[in-house]
Amino acid sequence: MVSMETNGANQYLTFTLGEENFALEIAKVREVLDYTKITRVPRMPDFLRGVINLRGNVVPVIDLRLKLGMSATEKTLDTCIVIAEIMIEGELVQVGALADSVKEVISLEAARISPPPRIGTKLRNEFIRGMGKLDEGFLIILDIDRVLSEDDLAVVKDSSSVELPEAQEEKKDNSEEKEEEEEEKSPVLDLDAEDPDGF
Amino acid sequence: MQGQILMRPLGGTEFMEKFKEVYLEEIAELLADIESALLELSETPDRKELIDSVFRAFHTIKGSGAMFGFETIAAFTHEIETVLDLVRRGLVPMKKSLVDLTLSACDHIRHLAEDDSAGGKDTENIVRMLRSMIPADYQEDVSSPKDRAEHLPELSTCRIRFRPNPDIFDNGTNPILLVDELRNLGECQVIAHTHTIPPLESETTKCYIHWNIILTTSVKIEAIREIFIFAEDRCRLNIDLIHSDEIMDESGKYKRIGDILVERGDITLPDLKKALESQRKIGEMLVAAGVTDSDTVASALAEQEHVRNLSRKHREDAMTSNIRVAAKKLDTLVDLVGELVTVQASLSQRSLLLEDAEMISIAEEVERLTAELRDNTISIRLVPVSTTFGKFRRLVYDLSNELGKAVAMETRGGETELDKTVIDRLNDPVMHIIRNAVDHGIESPEKRIASGKPAKGNILLAAEHSGTNVLIRISDDGAGLDTLMIRKKAISAGLIPPEVQLTENELFSLIFLPGFSTVGEISEISGRGVGMDVVKRSIENLRGSVEISSKKGEGTAITMKLPLTLAIIEGLLVEVGPTAYVLPLSVVEECMELAQSTVRNARGRNLANVRGEIVPYIHLREFFRIQGDWKGVKQIVIVRLNNFRLGLVVDNIIGEHQTVIKSLGKLYRDTKVFSGSTILADGNVALILDAYKLAEMAEAEELLVRKNSYPAAGFPAMIR
Repeated sequence: MVSMETNGANQYLTFTLGEENFALEIAKVREVLDYTKITRVPRMPDFLRGVINLRGNVVPVIDLRLKLGMSATEKTLDTCIVIAEIMIEGELVQVGALADSVKEVISLEAARISPPPRIGTKLRNEFIRGMGKLDEGFLIILDIDRVLSEDDLAVVKDSSSVELPEAQEEKKDNSEEKEEEEEEKSPVLDLDAEDPDGF
Repeated sequence: MQGQILMRPLGGTEFMEKFKEVYLEEIAELLADIESALLELSETPDRKELIDSVFRAFHTIKGSGAMFGFETIAAFTHEIETVLDLVRRGLVPMKKSLVDLTLSACDHIRHLAEDDSAGGKDTENIVRMLRSMIPADYQEDVSSPKDRAEHLPELSTCRIRFRPNPDIFDNGTNPILLVDELRNLGECQVIAHTHTIPPLESETTKCYIHWNIILTTSVKIEAIREIFIFAEDRCRLNIDLIHSDEIMDESGKYKRIGDILVERGDITLPDLKKALESQRKIGEMLVAAGVTDSDTVASALAEQEHVRNLSRKHREDAMTSNIRVAAKKLDTLVDLVGELVTVQASLSQRSLLLEDAEMISIAEEVERLTAELRDNTISIRLVPVSTTFGKFRRLVYDLSNELGKAVAMETRGGETELDKTVIDRLNDPVMHIIRNAVDHGIESPEKRIASGKPAKGNILLAAEHSGTNVLIRISDDGAGLDTLMIRKKAISAGLIPPEVQLTENELFSLIFLPGFSTVGEISEISGRGVGMDVVKRSIENLRGSVEISSKKGEGTAITMKLPLTLAIIEGLLVEVGPTAYVLPLSVVEECMELAQSTVRNARGRNLANVRGEIVPYIHLREFFRIQGDWKGVKQIVIVRLNNFRLGLVVDNIIGEHQTVIKSLGKLYRDTKVFSGSTILADGNVALILDAYKLAEMAEAEELLVRKNSYPAAGFPAMIR
């Protein structure tokens, strides 16, 4: 199932989302930033938190927690933005991912990484590259390319102006105040989605 | 990906590859030149200079083709050259069939350039046809493929002053033989100066003659000098290159005699001036002699001046040197300038806060320089639109042949400049519109005559500046759009409910809807499922807009409005909630407070009264789903979109802003309302609003809200 290319890159950046420990291959990570002001782009799915100014470049930031089915990231002192490099349509793109806290860079042998369990992680399995076993517990190694893979973006595409159905569910979990308003508008917006290539 | 620097020198093959690329680019340009010359030739077959330019271009393709290993192209081009050489010499007429054949040969070269091994049968066919163009008498020229163009080397003209020492005969040198050798090198004029020859009774074993020789030749100066190698120490030898352009300027005149004498040091400039002062001008002399009057002379002088200027300009044009730069480097430059603009903005802001006069003046200086740098950088990327006109001319030519219609194409404003990227991306839409015009717009010659029009249709492709935009208009004098037909079609396609009454403009705008095509059957030329909606979308992607106007029986005009550049726009910075947004200043008409009195919000309608005109407006806070409400006085920005006005209600208007456009990136490629983003002086990101898309979406949403009360199909095109 899991193909772990052991091209020497078995270092991982570990971070937390909620109580859980996650990791990203260090080769995918470009840098880690402190939380900075994120400009929200209206009418896009919630997991797309917005864009930041990264030394003159405009870089999108995603909410990994929302993407993985958890509640939205709340800003704390420890909140960081992990700048990762992912391939989208054959192009290397910088993407920021919100993390509740960033911990350290560790080395992990391939032998200590097992395929994701079918159940029990409460996360969407396809995003998990493997489970890393540590002395004090385990790490969920994310497949960041998958997290933002094309298929998934296609959903964004279809929804265009519309909230992702999934995102709306998350919102309910979130019990945000604007829920009602969203509910009210969503049928309208769903139909709107037909507009680009309707007729 | 990053930081790959080639430290080692380019290897042989890499080197070659690099040059091959350059060659391919060169080919593309040469072929474009050839095509436009050929198309002109098809109208005026006798223009020798066009034939020459075509010949020369093919010759270059052949020459460098052989050099970079494009053997097939070289061999193929040789065949074309052979025929064209006969045309050049007036032995074969430039008939239409030959123009067509040469055009298809151009296409073939393009194929070959992509794949040198392609060709085969096609090559053979075209070569056979080319050869059949050659009358039997000259067939020999073909079978012995000698290269005529080789006899057309670059010529240069030298002035050789050969003054042998009197003792030159001592070592047996015969100056006459040297001069004769010069004669063999090319066209040669020899003037012997004999005035120093003493009377015959004195010594006769010495050389008293010197020569001035003007030689036009293909050999280099070094080679000329070599002739004198054995006499060098026994003579004075000056060889000067006189540029060939100067000799053969348009008026066919060389420098004036006085100038030549001064240049050669035979007389001094003051001498010349003195002599000239004592001389009356030829015109004055003629007037004095009563042969002519001063007006006539003045007009002749004006004519002379004109021709001189023309030829000077011609020369300057030819000498304008260009540098070929990789587009990528320019992009980087534009990016850097963009960043500089951003940094400069923060510098200005900061300096104002510091209230340090010196600092402020430095910041202002930086601002001025940055603005200049920005404008210059943008102008580097600008290319005259005429670079693409040739291609469209070709398209019209081919199409009219194919469809049996007579269509002339006229172009105007080819010197109008546009960003290279815009021009490249304009190609397909313009092509499509022209196809439509030739296929659907222009009628058959019979029909045209029947309706009292000239048999030959006309398509005008015009470009012009309009503020910071460029307008490109494609108009034809064809049948015009049939509003009845559009209506019928739209109803049958379910685009509009049958009972709706639409104005003419609204009907025209229907053809921009996806899948709309007015002509019943799908023809080869247009209507291949790619409709005007695609045209509209591609123009909008360039932040432009399309408008259509038409009169039945008189023709159709499609006008595209495009921004000069894609990199930087003038924007209006506004605030809605926590975020700043930029509206392109080009669409903004005015701003005002959203005073309660101007608003009629009765029964949920968002309408503002702008000096008597009712303008619909959108609350951006609502539209963007931003929570909370703005406590202060709201502002309304009135934007003009094609033919209607729309108000956008914002919290605050910050002011004008030099907006360096940054893409929102792939993750946000599906956002419609925002065409990009920009970084503000304070380092925050602002989003650039696309007012057209915003209006479209808001309208669609409103229609769907209304859907319950109007069960008929939505009517989506009200806006345009």
